[in-house]
Amino acid sequence: MWKLKPPLEMPLSLKYKYTLEQLIPCDPATLINLKKLSTEEEFPNLAKNQTYMADILTIQMYKRLRGRATQSGFTLDDVIQPGVDNSEHSCTRAVGCVAGDAESYTVFMKFFDPLIELYHRDYQQSTMHRSDLNPENLKGGDDLDGQYVLTCQVSAGRNVDDFCFPPHCSRGERRALEKLAIEALNVLEGEFKGTYHSLKNLSEEEIQRLTAAGIPTDNLISPLMLSSGMARDWPDARGVWHNDLKNFIVWVNKEDHLRFTSMQEGGNMSQVFTRYCSIIKKLEEIYHQKKHPFIWKDYLGYVLTCPSDLGTGLRASVHIRLKYISKHKKFDEILRRLRLEKNFTGSVDTSDEREVWDISNADRIGFSEVQLLQMVVDGIKLLINMDKYIEHGQPIDDLFPTQK
Amino acid sequence: VLTLDLYKKPQKKSTPSGFTLDDVIQTGTDNPGHPFIMTVGCVAGDEETYEVFKDLLDPVIRDRHGGYKPTDKHKTDLHHQNLKGGDDLDSNYVLSSRVRTGRSICGFCLPPHCSRGERRAIEKLSEEALGSLDGEFTGKYYALKNMTDQEQQTLIDDHFLFDKPVSPLLLASGMGRDWPDGRGIWHNDNKTFLVWVNEEDHLRVISMQKGGNMKEVFTRFCTGLTKIENVFKNNGRAFMWNEHLGYILTCPSNLGTGLRAGVHVKLPNLSKHDKFGDVLKKLRLQKRGTGGVDTAAVGGIF
Repeated sequence: MWKLKPPLEMPLSLKYKYTLEQLIPCDPATLINLKKLSTEEEFPNLAKNQTYMADILTIQMYKRLRGRATQSGFTLDDVIQPGVDNSEHSCTRAVGCVAGDAESYTVFMKFFDPLIELYHRDYQQSTMHRSDLNPENLKGGDDLDGQYVLTCQVSAGRNVDDFCFPPHCSRGERRALEKLAIEALNVLEGEFKGTYHSLKNLSEEEIQRLTAAGIPTDNLISPLMLSSGMARDWPDARGVWHNDLKNFIVWVNKEDHLRFTSMQEGGNMSQVFTRYCSIIKKLEEIYHQKKHPFIWKDYLGYVLTCPSDLGTGLRASVHIRLKYISKHKKFDEILRRLRLEKNFTGSVDTSDEREVWDISNADRIGFSEVQLLQMVVDGIKLLINMDKYIEHGQPIDDLFPTQK
Repeated sequence: VLTLDLYKKPQKKSTPSGFTLDDVIQTGTDNPGHPFIMTVGCVAGDEETYEVFKDLLDPVIRDRHGGYKPTDKHKTDLHHQNLKGGDDLDSNYVLSSRVRTGRSICGFCLPPHCSRGERRAIEKLSEEALGSLDGEFTGKYYALKNMTDQEQQTLIDDHFLFDKPVSPLLLASGMGRDWPDGRGIWHNDNKTFLVWVNEEDHLRVISMQKGGNMKEVFTRFCTGLTKIENVFKNNGRAFMWNEHLGYILTCPSNLGTGLRAGVHVKLPNLSKHDKFGDVLKKLRLQKRGTGGVDTAAVGGIF
């Protein structure tokens, strides 16, 4: 028979259709079956919203992105929830959105990219972000005038690969992260040896000791944390680690997986920075060996929960007493040119306190760590100089910085 | 009540609208509470939660409602004529009387889980339904997001306004999301009957007035509630109710009637008696401070 009619050939695509279908990864959005109505009905009311998120989110964007979700099930509604809930203006303008995992930045690119561009004004994603953690490259910085500078501090965050971020991680993940952190921190030695205190089992005496060292154990939950989901299951798997000298602190599972702070009294910023760099590099290596490196992307730098912290995630700050320059009408302008920002320190009821400001770098991304530190150090020196000039009644016009 | 086995069993399940066991217990995990004040610690996201997670919720209900078994049936009686007396509580002692309950609308998820769109739909339905009432029940709806400061102050002075939830107990359950979108207050012109929309439950119906005439308060309460229910029924919507649990509400402690009838009463002498607590318990009554839940009593007023 076959001589008359050749046997029917099944086209290959049909033959292998079933196998191929099995290989297509399933769209995580189909796994989520939350009940939602149409786009117009679901779109949040952003009329009185003053966060950055409200500036970016449009109804078309919402329509396009609402059907998508990351592998772990984080949706656009989860991203913008903190902005919708906390729309009022606090002392600083809030970003209003969070990322649930590293993938969020990719899946919701159409939302995050404009947001990053708006918030980190001078950063273009096409120019890759560089990281420079070599403290030798910092010039000066070890001799900031102790009459003015009260404390120096460097803080940054890091997130660990393969785990969801605090707004979205499950209890099990958080506990696993805590375990990793304890193991990694226990490896450190010498001046970096320290102890871990889990927030679950703090005794009265421990609380006192920590508070005396400047580590608050109370009132840690902000409205942002509550609405983004970072405060779930508090205080399970949260804790704080500090070294014996109490000049290096690591918060575990607070707003990011790890938050480092290196600080000390006096004006030696370069020592603070050196310590910070050494520990970070050591920890980075330890985590790398455990196969859970810190998350880093070329165009975003270190990936953190809040888009405002991307890049270096680093905040170098000093508590500085500036009696005269801070009352100058061009103070804000000067700070802006130096790429610095000011914040209040603690309570500001008495006019006395207004003299002590928290001055830190305004950028997070687009500059390497060393460059940011350099800006802070140089800026502080200039501000101290200007303050001295005003104190002695000399004009400061020729000291005015140009925009960096 | 929760044990590891109980957690393992339904862990993979979720209600048809996506509410999981973790969501039910989240508020309890975040707020472990005080050994003296046992809070319920779980919430329902929709009607089906009580069914899907009944392994967890039935024991909780049993513990909270003094031994209510899964086979018990709940009776509803909103006939105010059946109340004997109650119109002459001594006004020297009783400052004001108040009856409140909650109702949930079928077909929508409850406040911890509902989406923005659902909440707005509920607001719209409620606004229409309440707008159609007349007689002593003519009134006005005030949406929280459009309220002027003046209106807000008037409502606070009348003790009507509910606050944005800041207590972690409420926020952890998810009912504070998107505040103040979709929330509002309706009250009648006489200011004796009010309805909270989308606060802790879809609708919270409150009837109150100064003085000791509890009967009048209850009468108005029943009439108003039945009227509202009828309006909803005519529009094809029903309140969530089943034979076993009565009216279904967000917090398992409010199941059944969801009713809380209370008075502001001055008891300067009895309250100092050390058997005050016992007396209340025997009478199956509960006391709260002057400012409501979790406040202290000021000047002997409870």
